[in-house]
Amino acid sequence: MSDHVTSALAGAAFDGFVQLREAGACGMITLRGDFSSAVFQKAVGEVAEGAGVPKTRQITTAGDSAVAWMSPDELLIMCPHAEAPARAAALAQALSGEHALAVNVSDARAVFDLTGAGSREVLAKLCPVDFAPGAFKQGEIRRTRMAQVAAAVWMTGPDSFRVVCFRSVAAYVFGLLQASAQPGSEVGVFADT
Amino acid sequence: MLILECPYCGVTGEETEFHGGGEAHIKRFGPGSSDDDFHDYLFTRENPFGVHFERWRHVSGCGKWFHAARCTKTLEVFGTYSAQTTEPPSDLRAAISDKRPGWTWREFS
Repeated sequence: MSDHVTSALAGAAFDGFVQLREAGACGMITLRGDFSSAVFQKAVGEVAEGAGVPKTRQITTAGDSAVAWMSPDELLIMCPHAEAPARAAALAQALSGEHALAVNVSDARAVFDLTGAGSREVLAKLCPVDFAPGAFKQGEIRRTRMAQVAAAVWMTGPDSFRVVCFRSVAAYVFGLLQASAQPGSEVGVFADT
Repeated sequence: MLILECPYCGVTGEETEFHGGGEAHIKRFGPGSSDDDFHDYLFTRENPFGVHFERWRHVSGCGKWFHAARCTKTLEVFGTYSAQTTEPPSDLRAAISDKRPGWTWREFS
């Protein structure tokens, strides 16, 4: 099946005062369980190439994998799309004696990449979050509201962000980001910081 | 505009990231209770001009329910606390007493 996979917007792209790209198919596994359990921590490390269970509102990365803190009992494990079913099965196997649940949700969401110096501003226009360089840093993930829908945001580099939303609202979020990144609409609020 | 701090993820967010869930600490009266108790459980609510306790959900964030103590007169938020409790924590009640001496809300003061 994996060769038939298409992402929500088939790689839509827009060049405004930042570059906006739909990131394509991304493997995602929702994992719920008790973070303090040693078995749980070991299972996460094994399936995520060594990326450990992140602290509150943090995201850890290793190789092609990332582990994001979603709530006190929920993690989102990201990996190459084709590997997600096997990794979800491996997690379920490793956690068979635990009160935990691992589900492959790779096709549930849409993923966007923002690249460019104005990325903080593009997001700050849309979310009720302080995106000032001192307030939002790499390694942090923020689940929030993007205009009318839920989204999660984290930094993939000093000037680049990744945005995740539900697939059903992918076109809406792309439109939002596109409008927010429209050339000429720069506010420059973070330019001096 | 309320600024609430989610006690589960630690985010200090503005009100539109959350969703109100009505009054807090409502004791359920189910099968076997009197009609009056059941009626009050379903319909009778506080409507204070001052200290109030509510349930909120961090709907666009971690998704968890929690409790908030706030003032309906000034929109000051006294604090937020875990959903896993049947009454406001004593330190929060003391903090409210410092700001609103003599406050009462249902059986709490």
